[in-house]
Amino acid sequence: MSFMRIIVCLKPVPDPRYWNRLGLDPKTKTLTRDGIPNIINPLDKKALEAALQLRERDGGEVITISMAPPNTTPVLREALSMGADWSILLSDAAFAGSDALATSYILSTAVKELVPYHLILCGDQSIDGATSMVSSQIAEFLDIPNLMHVSAIETQKAGVFRVRSQIEHGYFWAEIKPPMVLSVVKEINEPRYITLMNILQGEKKEIQVWSSKDLSLTEPWVGLRGSPSRMADLLIPTMRRKGEILQGEPSEMARTLADRLHRWGYC
Amino acid sequence: MDFKLTEREELLRKTMREFAEKEIPPQMEAMEETGEFPITLLRKMGDMGILGVITPPEYGGTGMGNLARILILEEMGRICPAIPMALQVHHMATHALNAFGNEEQKKRYLPPLAKGETMGVVAVTDPSGGSDVAGIKTSAKVDGESYVLNGRKCFITNAHFADYWIVIARTGEGGRGLSAFIVEKNFPGAKLGRKENKVGLRGANTGELVFQDCIVPKSNLMGREGEGMNIAIQNIVETGRPGMASVALGILNAVLEQAVKFASERTLYGKPISTLQAIQWHIADIYADLEIARLLVYRVGWMRDRNIRCDTESALAKQFACEAAARSARKAIEIHGSYGIMKEYPVQRLLRDALVTIPAGGTGEIAKLVMARQALSLFKS
Repeated sequence: MSFMRIIVCLKPVPDPRYWNRLGLDPKTKTLTRDGIPNIINPLDKKALEAALQLRERDGGEVITISMAPPNTTPVLREALSMGADWSILLSDAAFAGSDALATSYILSTAVKELVPYHLILCGDQSIDGATSMVSSQIAEFLDIPNLMHVSAIETQKAGVFRVRSQIEHGYFWAEIKPPMVLSVVKEINEPRYITLMNILQGEKKEIQVWSSKDLSLTEPWVGLRGSPSRMADLLIPTMRRKGEILQGEPSEMARTLADRLHRWGYC
Repeated sequence: MDFKLTEREELLRKTMREFAEKEIPPQMEAMEETGEFPITLLRKMGDMGILGVITPPEYGGTGMGNLARILILEEMGRICPAIPMALQVHHMATHALNAFGNEEQKKRYLPPLAKGETMGVVAVTDPSGGSDVAGIKTSAKVDGESYVLNGRKCFITNAHFADYWIVIARTGEGGRGLSAFIVEKNFPGAKLGRKENKVGLRGANTGELVFQDCIVPKSNLMGREGEGMNIAIQNIVETGRPGMASVALGILNAVLEQAVKFASERTLYGKPISTLQAIQWHIADIYADLEIARLLVYRVGWMRDRNIRCDTESALAKQFACEAAARSARKAIEIHGSYGIMKEYPVQRLLRDALVTIPAGGTGEIAKLVMARQALSLFKS
């Protein structure tokens, strides 16, 4: 592959340090997050790190793409400081209230403007919505392969990617030809620190703001009205602990405990 | 008046916090025990650009400025105040070289200091005392193409880890008889003296530098002969005091976090002690000290970045922040009760660290003299 374009989908999410200030609006059934700073969704940051490592090894270009309000540019600037080449912010009042399907549709429409693209990287899930649907849906809209739970990405000479995907109690390797959509798990890497030099370099890079007018949106899946999913109800789970004291000889109790742990999938 | 940090400063704080929270804690136990600065961390901080934050890019730094430096020191100090103590003295050396060194000296000494290949020190204090700069006895006498230094510098941060020392020594009579020299640790006659065993900021090495017929080339005179007093004072005012104030600011952050954590977790009479008014007053006092100190210290950074003279503001920030750190750490210990004096709890270390900041970089009394002179001249009828 002579030139590799990697697109990383980044979601700005509320900083977990301020989660005690998050609220739930019972009317709109959405999170109230006023005044809470955003961070890059942690798994998306790992997707960006994976993209940067691939670019450092094989060359190419890393573009980040986010659908978010205009006040989220500090999050994009952080991605540019980490090393992304340029960023696209999809920002339009019409996008507000988009569910996972609408988000995936809008993101995939933006990706189509970036032909030729080879890799689209996402985090496996976000720490706020946690639907885990966006990467698969982008792949579906683009009609290209998708693999989730990715913990390693290797390139091969023939332009084929060797990708490791985590499954229960193990993993498998897949060989995939680009373009493809991959979503990563936390084991894939440890994102780099942003140095002072990186911060200065990041300030010189471009953030393009695209609105609905810049995209060829032919389907109705845009914004709250175009989102088929509806929040039925909101429940705050109650946490209760249940204790049980095992009876019998120590060896018997140990066997019972080991059996239970095995049955529950812990060992 | 804009009190909001810029996007750059916010990102800098965020990335420094990530770095400090991850990289420093594994080193802290050894630092407390041995009193040694972790050199492996120095290299990492060099790679991050931390050591060259006030060094211009043409000499290997980032030139991000004084407020950026304060943010870095504060974030490091929030985790382990000994780290910014060592850093701030290193920054003093880079400041002195950049402000007073000639082109040749800057090109030779600044890049390795900015990249973290070595550390720098500024050595002003003689055993006779640090506040009386004009009373320095360490001598420098011309001998052919060199100066010959004799004497001793004490309470020098980074003494045993630094390759380059900025030394103030006497070349003539009185306050105008002092000069500044760049001494390399392997110059003939340059020796290391004792290592001090401090109660706080233990991971920042403090020790003596000894000069026994130490031969320093004339080319290593910094500035002009007789400029030593000016160099020392300007260095302390512009870099040393704001640096110490930033260390104290880091301590104040840690003190408040520890106090709130303990008060929220510890229950008495069936509820967290944070619900008791007596505890809330302590928390409010610590919070006020932190916020006031932050405003004072950031103001100095802001002024320095605009080349506004800040002698009084710098003294005020240093004196207030260091006293506030010690005062607040004691209150945090009171909140902890007997737990507060147990080594498992960080508040006892924070008090020890805060106490060390008070004389370091110019005593509180000297800072008060500066403030009093300003007040007396401004408000004289």
